[in-house]
Amino acid sequence: MTTSIIEAEGLTKQFSRGKTTVDAVTDVSFTVEPGGLVAFLGPNGAGKSTTIRMLTTLIPPTSGGARVVGHDIATTPEQVRARIGYVGQGTSGSFAQRVRDELLSQGAFYGVPAKQAKARADALIESLDLASFATRTVQQLSGGQKRRLDIALGLMHAPPLIFLDEPSTGLDPQSRANLWQHILDLREQHGTTVFLTTHYLDEADRYAERVMVMDAGRVIADDTAPALKATLAGDAITLGFASAADADAAEATIGRLAERATTRPDATTVAANVDDGERLLPRLIRDLDAQGLAVERATGVPPTLDDVFLALTGRTLREADAAHETTPTPATEGASS
Amino acid sequence: MTAVDITRAAGRSGARDTFNVMLRELRPVARDPFSVIFSLVQPLVFLGLFTPLLIGTSGESTADTLAWFVPGVLAMIVLFGTGATGSNLQYEMMTGSHERTLVAPLSRASLLAGRALKEVVPIVVQVLVIVAIAWPFGFRANPLGLLVGLVILAAFGVGLGSLSYALALKTKDREWAFWAVQQTLIFPLLILSGMLLPLDAGPRWMTVVSTFNPVNWVVQAERHLMAGDFAHAAVGWGVLAAAATAAVGLAVGIRAMKVSD
Ligand SMILES: Nc1ncnc2c1ncn2[C@@H]1O[C@H](COP(=O)(O)OP(=O)(O)O)[C@@H](O)[C@H]1O
Ligand SMILES: [Mg+2]
Repeated sequence: MTTSIIEAEGLTKQFSRGKTTVDAVTDVSFTVEPGGLVAFLGPNGAGKSTTIRMLTTLIPPTSGGARVVGHDIATTPEQVRARIGYVGQGTSGSFAQRVRDELLSQGAFYGVPAKQAKARADALIESLDLASFATRTVQQLSGGQKRRLDIALGLMHAPPLIFLDEPSTGLDPQSRANLWQHILDLREQHGTTVFLTTHYLDEADRYAERVMVMDAGRVIADDTAPALKATLAGDAITLGFASAADADAAEATIGRLAERATTRPDATTVAANVDDGERLLPRLIRDLDAQGLAVERATGVPPTLDDVFLALTGRTLREADAAHETTPTPATEGASS
Repeated sequence: MTAVDITRAAGRSGARDTFNVMLRELRPVARDPFSVIFSLVQPLVFLGLFTPLLIGTSGESTADTLAWFVPGVLAMIVLFGTGATGSNLQYEMMTGSHERTLVAPLSRASLLAGRALKEVVPIVVQVLVIVAIAWPFGFRANPLGLLVGLVILAAFGVGLGSLSYALALKTKDREWAFWAVQQTLIFPLLILSGMLLPLDAGPRWMTVVSTFNPVNWVVQAERHLMAGDFAHAAVGWGVLAAAATAAVGLAVGIRAMKVSD
């Protein structure tokens, strides 16, 4: 007996395009416990959507399998579907439909009794700030409003688990912050497990309790953001001195205490990537001072998830995104209205 | 907010799913009934501009001409309305709302059948409006014939609509491909049905081809039904053509929905 809400084992998906096959997802295995907020972080084309589309029964895996909310995605997809919410990369609401109508239809699709569906639709309209657009058609909504409706639709049947594929892509910073507040609030209130994808580093960093870094179809790291940063990318410290001679003399001490290779951005500056930089930096300054080497400038920059990605793949997320731009990706939100 | 009983959602009946899908499709129609009437502009133009020409060439009375022409216009409404309906699905496939319904616990068959059955509502409304408009000009329809005629047109529309959805599912995001195939099929079907001009005057190959055109049989059945001529063989062929279109259309459409992703 297991309590995991997602158990993926060797999930693999190959797409054939004419004669060539694309390895979209390769041998992805992980488990997610109920109540968590887990993010897939990776550049465009990493295989995030494809993994989610397998977990939500939209496409069958080429090999491997998964149990989602206790049911097998291959043998009992209808049981899985009844228990999950899904917000895809596109717009969930039909452009011709009115906001409230779409919520009521969604309720009916999931077997929510009409009276309960009405109450729930109104509650979601309220909590996702959709009240002033409830009788408008989806077409008339802004990008941020559409996205909030998408999330309301995904939550209409109060699923224990919701998948959100790039919920904030294409939104302006204000709408993004807003949307995140909604996601966090709803999770707080209902204890919903949230599994999402993003290619925004700051989002994964700030909101996810656990980050799975995905690249080229594989999960290449899986931990909390602080742990990923601590183990995979150190703090960048730099120490500046009055003369090149001082810097030369200090470099050996810095290298010994930091237990890392040092670099020289310029003649009077020594830099290193270190573990636990915030403790090391004052110690270095004291020790160097005792040796008669006065530190004139000091910086310590904590790592970002981009540094993690760089450490793992040898390129930054932005570079990886740019590299993918040659191949077409599905249209994202924000392009419309 | 109260929790939802999940067992209600899993393992539900196909009929209820189909009804719910149909209900959703009807919501925009109910919200904006004018859209159904607005799509009558084209058939009304045909009715208003073609009838005088037909009267002029045949020399027959307005009432006789309308008795011949109105059934054709009704079939034309169905042909153009349901033939294009797949483009709505295609649009929803591109924006993402179709994908959302694929994740809902709905049978794939209901996703197609519900959409196709929804076509019945605009067909019935449009047919009745056209009949009402033609009535003051001398068009007369046998009430029972009109009723049976409506059933035939509805079944035919469900079949054509299903085929249009199947085409959308097959052509996916290639909108141009949908319209290319749709236009390539719809005009020959229209012209070779003899709904605008009698085919008797055309070359023999046209008459031969038209015997395989279900639209032709539907139009002929409608003419005899509206005239109260229930015993005519064309009525039987019309029923058969509509039923076969519905059966084949639904089968092809449901299959396309099942293999789509
Ligand atoms: N339906 C498909 N047919 C062919 N290739 C696909 C299809 N869907 C995704 N791919 C390819 O699989 C890879 C992973 O795509 P995707 O899962 O969408 O990445 P992400 O969501 O991380 O941006 C990409 O190279 C993409 O082009
Ligand atoms: Mg994606």
